[in-house]
Amino acid sequence: MRLRPPRPCWLAVILSTAFVCANAKAEEVTVAVAANFTAPMQKIAQAFEQDTEHKAKLVFGSTGKFYAQIKNGAPFAVLLSADVETPARLEQEGAAVAGTRFTYAVGRLALWSKNPALVDNKGQVLLSNTTDKNSFKKLAIADPKLAPYGTAAMEVLDRMGALAKVRPKLVQGDSIGQAFQFVMTENAELGFVALSQISMDGRITQGSAWTVPQNLYTSLRQDAVLLPLGKDNAAALALMKYMRTDRAQTIIRTYGYTL
Amino acid sequence: MHLTSEDLSAILLTLQLASVTTVLLLVLATPIAWWLAHTQSRWRAPIAALVALPLVLPPTVLGFYLLIALGPVGPVGQFTQWAGWGSLAFSFSGLVLGSMIYSLPFAVQPLVNAFEAMGSRPMEVAATLRANKLDAFFTVAIPLAKPGFVMAAMLSFAHTVGEFGVVLMIGGNIPDKTRVVSTQIYGHVEAMEYAQAHGLAAAMLVFSFLMLLALSWANRRRAQTAP
Repeated sequence: MRLRPPRPCWLAVILSTAFVCANAKAEEVTVAVAANFTAPMQKIAQAFEQDTEHKAKLVFGSTGKFYAQIKNGAPFAVLLSADVETPARLEQEGAAVAGTRFTYAVGRLALWSKNPALVDNKGQVLLSNTTDKNSFKKLAIADPKLAPYGTAAMEVLDRMGALAKVRPKLVQGDSIGQAFQFVMTENAELGFVALSQISMDGRITQGSAWTVPQNLYTSLRQDAVLLPLGKDNAAALALMKYMRTDRAQTIIRTYGYTL
Repeated sequence: MHLTSEDLSAILLTLQLASVTTVLLLVLATPIAWWLAHTQSRWRAPIAALVALPLVLPPTVLGFYLLIALGPVGPVGQFTQWAGWGSLAFSFSGLVLGSMIYSLPFAVQPLVNAFEAMGSRPMEVAATLRANKLDAFFTVAIPLAKPGFVMAAMLSFAHTVGEFGVVLMIGGNIPDKTRVVSTQIYGHVEAMEYAQAHGLAAAMLVFSFLMLLALSWANRRRAQTAP
């Protein structure tokens, strides 16, 4: 990506004062966004453009792919990661600007089924026997090796003592998005998904779900970090700040994340 | 180069999947190709287009629709449940079905070409020698079309080994059941285990190259020794 050079301000001054000067400083920032944060980030980008006149170009994908791309010269100025490890690793390796990391959202894990009667409010269905009437054949999770939500799901199963029983029923998606798809298409009756995928304004949109208590798994913190390309980009710096404004945080909460 | 036991079982599973898919595809593609090569029907063009259609959709998208079709509310899922086979998603049989759809054009096209190149003369001659149609097909048409079969088998096998999107969507990454080499490499890459990814990718490339080379040589020799 080529950054637009700052426009000469004298023309702006002639045309009018405040508005055009702000516009003259408007820049564009390309942001790599963790796929699970797609919906809230689209909203935030809109608000960001309204409030700052900068423009945010969003690229969605998996954190693992972003890591490979950033290490090989991808034109991203900001990374909104799905974990805390990747931004830390990039910083360590000199591929991110030191001291700019912060947690922009904390994900919530939910056990979800499209069947409105399957999931109870304590997740006891996980301990059911296959012969029980209210049981399930497949449990979808995100791959624990690739996605923090997958690791969290394994922790929950382990702490509930359900892991041994459930292991033969596990199917893994390569991301939390795919775990969601498996349950959405009813190929798996049950799955651990992100609360943000199934709730809107604090309500579960369909089926039945158990919002897993946060003491059952390691916090799903998602960190943002500034990349070297964004160091002198006004829009990138503004976005890093904007993520912490009330307006952005309200949007983040609306989608089922905590802070 | 170090391959873990998980890598090895992924390799084994991939070879199984590619072999089963190739054999079943040849059985399925032969009558389709024969019909396409000989029919005067006005359905020929639409059926030929339908067979080529898996080339159009991106594999993950094809896989997504397969996932929907295999689900309990999807047409395939309803049929398999009615037949008492349960669900095909997340199973080896499901992967075979997906791979057959995905590689169908690669099996059918070389066979159509081979049957067309053969012309109608050999079958007519066989008929005058009182061979019945089926007999003539197996003793005349298939031997004559052998290069087409070898090509179809090579392409189907190679294409299935390299298959990724469909497996990713309907597989569920289950060791020894649906975790094949391509998804295993993808997993290594996504987990930033680049050394393991390189090793497995190299093993897959070398093996596939040698296999395709061997098949190609065998085909050549057979073509030269043919009467």
